[in-house]
Amino acid sequence: MQAATSTPTYDMRVVRGFAISALVWGIVGMAVGLLAAAQLAWPELNLGPYLHFGRIRPVHTNAIIFGFTLGVVFAGSYYAIQRLCRVRMFSDTLSRINLWGWNAIIVAAAVSLLLGKTSSKEYAELEWPLDIAIAAVWVVYGINLLGTIARRREKGMYAAIWFWIATVLTIAMLHIANSLAAPVSWMKSYSIYAGVFDANIQWWYGHNAVGFLLTTPILGLMYYYLPKAAGRPIFSHRLSIVHFWSLVFIYIWAGPHHLIYSPLPDWAQTLGTAFSIMLILPSWGGMLNGLLTLRGAWDRVRTDPLLKMFVVGLTFYGMSTFEGPMMSIKTVNSLSHFTNWTIGHVHSGALGWVALTCFATLYYLIPRLWHTRIHSQRLVEVHFWLATLGLVLYVTPMWISGVTQGLMWRATNADGSLTYTFMETVTAIRVYDVLRFLGGCVFLSGSGVMCWNVFKTVRSGTVAYAPLPPDTISPSAIGGQA
Amino acid sequence: MSGPSWHRELEGRWLPFTLYTLAAVVIGGLVLLIPPFFLQGTIDPIPGFRPYSALEQEGRDLYIREGCNVCHSQQVRPFRTETDRYGRYSVAGEGIYDRPFLWGSRRTGPDLHRVGGKYPDSWHWLHLLDPRSFEPDSNMPSFAFLAEQPLDLSLTRRRLDVLRSLGHPYTPSEVENAPEDARNAMRTIVESLRADGIELSESQSRSEALALIAYLQSLGRGAGLLEATAHQGSSHGD
Repeated sequence: MQAATSTPTYDMRVVRGFAISALVWGIVGMAVGLLAAAQLAWPELNLGPYLHFGRIRPVHTNAIIFGFTLGVVFAGSYYAIQRLCRVRMFSDTLSRINLWGWNAIIVAAAVSLLLGKTSSKEYAELEWPLDIAIAAVWVVYGINLLGTIARRREKGMYAAIWFWIATVLTIAMLHIANSLAAPVSWMKSYSIYAGVFDANIQWWYGHNAVGFLLTTPILGLMYYYLPKAAGRPIFSHRLSIVHFWSLVFIYIWAGPHHLIYSPLPDWAQTLGTAFSIMLILPSWGGMLNGLLTLRGAWDRVRTDPLLKMFVVGLTFYGMSTFEGPMMSIKTVNSLSHFTNWTIGHVHSGALGWVALTCFATLYYLIPRLWHTRIHSQRLVEVHFWLATLGLVLYVTPMWISGVTQGLMWRATNADGSLTYTFMETVTAIRVYDVLRFLGGCVFLSGSGVMCWNVFKTVRSGTVAYAPLPPDTISPSAIGGQA
Repeated sequence: MSGPSWHRELEGRWLPFTLYTLAAVVIGGLVLLIPPFFLQGTIDPIPGFRPYSALEQEGRDLYIREGCNVCHSQQVRPFRTETDRYGRYSVAGEGIYDRPFLWGSRRTGPDLHRVGGKYPDSWHWLHLLDPRSFEPDSNMPSFAFLAEQPLDLSLTRRRLDVLRSLGHPYTPSEVENAPEDARNAMRTIVESLRADGIELSESQSRSEALALIAYLQSLGRGAGLLEATAHQGSSHGD
């Protein structure tokens, strides 16, 4: 048995495909985001029926979440799962369907959103035929993942795998429940839920899309690629266990914090706030497990841009998972809700935690996928600084803008009348819209540097189908079991 | 640091591990999703609250198509400063015909839940065509193209029919006559614009902008009914 598969070959085609598609969607999504930011600052840039802010904004979020982030998650999990299980993927056919099906969906998503085919539900804008396609491809990914795990030649499942299992299950549940709708035509449907029930389901989905698309699968990447890049086992296996189970259990309850002071029943709002605050602990458990993995290796952080990306990513994870619970407290929420503070919060997580971890994962993968070295380590360093600078330049104006607008909305004169008209609160934050646009420019330019670097790296490499040796560091070792 | 041995064992058994994970996420999901459906009776019905007319529903679907909800909330919070600015705070009973809900998450522009009746139709017409003609610093896109594109009424009947199957109380004749009702409602808006000195061209009189105006003018009708019932209630000594 062992002799027959002495040199296992891993399927790297699907990984290469997703790595490249993620990079392409990343550039598209960030460029569209930049256009949206520019439109807020200079409304003349809203062009005709297809390219105004109302249609552009969902293209930005969908391209970034489903094209870029999930692309990296697919690439990163397909690469790691084969090594952690010491087998090739369960089915090459399913891998192909996953790769081409998913990217076809993203293309269809971009086109249909520009055409105004939208359900309006945030991060679930796509109309029902695309929702069905997403569910189908997601099930394909799930079968492929679990099939590989079931056939593994390694006794235990390493922590990264737990987070991907949780991702597959939860997203399937959320996506199907939230997308149920009665079709009117091929690209129009009405939600089977109305009003307050629809809001409840949507933010149960929306919040957990953050939890199970932008948190758990990225933690999976962190759990595999950070120890790999650092060459050290994860800090604590026990902490992984506590952090994993508490995170997946608590996350799902916190959705109603998006609906504070809304017509949603008070008990649900309070429950959402309570669980959001509890969420600090498992979130920080993950951050600490990552950061403490570098104990004794901090000198390498000075020279290795990959480790820098992981460290800044984890730090922003810690900051935004502290900020989020604070914003779910009624008093704070009454100020922050409906303002740019929310946009700032989302981007400190998305640009800081998600994008930096995804970049680091891609930089780890690309040279290994093309059997070569990275074209320029210096340009990785440049990218790290552009990304970090861009992110700070983006998030800080959004915080100031949000607090400014929130305070102006509630300002009253001595006689109790409102101090500001709505229009005055729009003009007051215009300068921050411009600054945010500049931050976006810097961040996107970093991604451009990455594309050039990856292009040169791939050009210098080869995709010869040499059987890949299994990883020299055993999965047990990074799990701290050795 | 290694974990407890029972967990070590669980890490070796993928199916139980998967099922436990599923249980962990399902529990919170059920607690949050199931009870609200049984609380349906706790939503105070608003007497006389009607579903959207054919043209209003067409306008609502245009509002969604153009992503108006991306920048405008429809949820007035129960604060003095919000009710002073916008009007009565939003209540659950107002949402029973909203599929999907459109509360929004960001106020790049003002809340619209109480905008109905606040401005004349002519204000909305001119504002949609060129928002900066009213507010030079507004960053709202121009929706002049809505005044050119003809409103497609081929799905109107179907829209109401699907909503009726979901429980909206349309009568069979309301569904049957939906396109005609919509056309009549458009003529009424064209008349109101004419009265304000805006003469529409032939194509503008059939344009999508009119449906959007009808929808915007319908927003907040629940609040009006609530005011009325509040007065009635006090006179009956409830």
